[in-house]
Amino acid sequence: MSIVLILFSDFMLEVQQLAVNYRGIRGLDSVSFRVEPGQLVGVIGPNGAGKSTMFKAMLGLIPKDRGVVKYCTCPLHQQLERVAYVPQRSQIDWDYPITIWNVVMMARTRQLGWLRKPGRSAKELVKTALSQVAMYDLRDRRISDLSGGQQQRVFLARALAQQAELFFFDEPFTGVDTKTEAIMLRIFDDLRQQGKILLISSHDWGQALSQLDRLLLLNQRLIADGAPYQVMTPENLQQAYGATLQTHWQPRFDSNFFC
Amino acid sequence: MGKYKALPLLCLAIPHPYLNSLPSMLTWLLDPLNYEFMRNAIAISLIVGILCPIVGSYLIVQRMALLGDVIAHSVMPGLSISLFLGIDILFGAFVSGILGALTIVLIRAQSRVKVDSAMALTFSSYFALGVMLITVLRNKLDLDSFLFGDILSISVADIWRTLVIAVLILLVIKLFYKELLFYTFDQTGAQAIGLPINAIYMGFMVMITLTIIASMQAVGVILVISLLVGPALTAYLLVKELHQMMLLGALFGVVSSFTGVYLSYFFNLPSGPAIVLVSSSLFLLALLFSPSQGILTRPNLLFRRRRQ
Repeated sequence: MSIVLILFSDFMLEVQQLAVNYRGIRGLDSVSFRVEPGQLVGVIGPNGAGKSTMFKAMLGLIPKDRGVVKYCTCPLHQQLERVAYVPQRSQIDWDYPITIWNVVMMARTRQLGWLRKPGRSAKELVKTALSQVAMYDLRDRRISDLSGGQQQRVFLARALAQQAELFFFDEPFTGVDTKTEAIMLRIFDDLRQQGKILLISSHDWGQALSQLDRLLLLNQRLIADGAPYQVMTPENLQQAYGATLQTHWQPRFDSNFFC
Repeated sequence: MGKYKALPLLCLAIPHPYLNSLPSMLTWLLDPLNYEFMRNAIAISLIVGILCPIVGSYLIVQRMALLGDVIAHSVMPGLSISLFLGIDILFGAFVSGILGALTIVLIRAQSRVKVDSAMALTFSSYFALGVMLITVLRNKLDLDSFLFGDILSISVADIWRTLVIAVLILLVIKLFYKELLFYTFDQTGAQAIGLPINAIYMGFMVMITLTIIASMQAVGVILVISLLVGPALTAYLLVKELHQMMLLGALFGVVSSFTGVYLSYFFNLPSGPAIVLVSSSLFLLALLFSPSQGILTRPNLLFRRRRQ
């Protein structure tokens, strides 16, 4: 039993004192947290709070100033094959001449290895992933023909086809329709059941907040970490958003603060 | 113009009596082949016509088309120095072109200067340095032929060199197509799955520089950007995937350079500009008549406008 426990706790994502400076500007200030397998973790904070920066620094995509990010007790950036990272949609040129099928097939690039072409198993994985997000029928479409929600689902399918253990989604809810949001939330839940680790950033969680196991409130530093209802307190939000809070909980917060 | 290219092959398949109905056309096509300089010009225009659009497709989809222009202009100082030292111009041009590309990387990494300004400054500076060196070092170099190409003075050795470069580059693209596709589509994503993006970026620089050097004699350093971008861009308007863009672009490239060489021969026109103008005309046609994106042929265009 104890061996099983040790093995289980080994599959933990651990961030220690992660700090990032970008051209002299503090991007991220000593962020520390741990995530256990099967946790769906939301990251919230105002624009420019460092949500994307934190994801990128965790994966070693941008240089970090300080800190350690470990998974299974080894540095995470040395085991990127276990990670599926979905960048913000705005980072991609959606006029790129490519079909949906081939975008999702990119997921297998690393596993196939250099000089190898996708075989039957890779095609099966891509087919399954596309079916899960209800995009299989559109597989031969060029990506420029898609709506925002469909684009996001293609990226979700690519992440699924990677068969990763850790998933990083950067602002997946921005500009998507309700159908896409429902599909995404269902898949996030599936992945959590399979014991995956999910980190999802959003500047506005809305109703989806209740689905999260945990919420990290970020603005350069980690302001709060816990269950959503523990994190979304007026005091924490004041710290994260200052006086220019522009979200749906504003009225309640204003009255608490100014009265 | 493309259909003329297939005619000699067609004629072989036709029974003998019919051959007599095509003699004038055939003479028109075959006559230039009596001259060695024309055979060489056609050979190199075919190689360059295939190579440039395939490499150029990568430039287009990465929004780096002007990088081709930068590297093309940056080879000038290297050309001059290697002529002065009496070493192979390929070597000097290569080093100089790569330095030009790296200058942009350096400026971008170390300052807030945006890429378009960095490019404009870099290519004009390298070009100025090149022209200056040619005078200072008293190179016995026909500046015009390097600027605008001189496809009619190609030697057999030039053809072999271009062919070797082309085969090498096309082989690399074929072998690493999957990785290059990921990198050019989603650089952050490629980095996030652990692809060596810095090595890939350097590989691109080398590939573009070699392509430009291989094409320099045919169209010249100023016009080579047109052959890199033109045919591939024409294809971009007609297809939905990168590899189709490359293949159709190569076809347009061959048609452009072939037609350009013939126009140059028959009407005594400068060969580089002739090739470029044919390629640009093809683009114009695609822009107007592409089934999916053509200005005149786009489906539901009026309907969509009205709805908005």
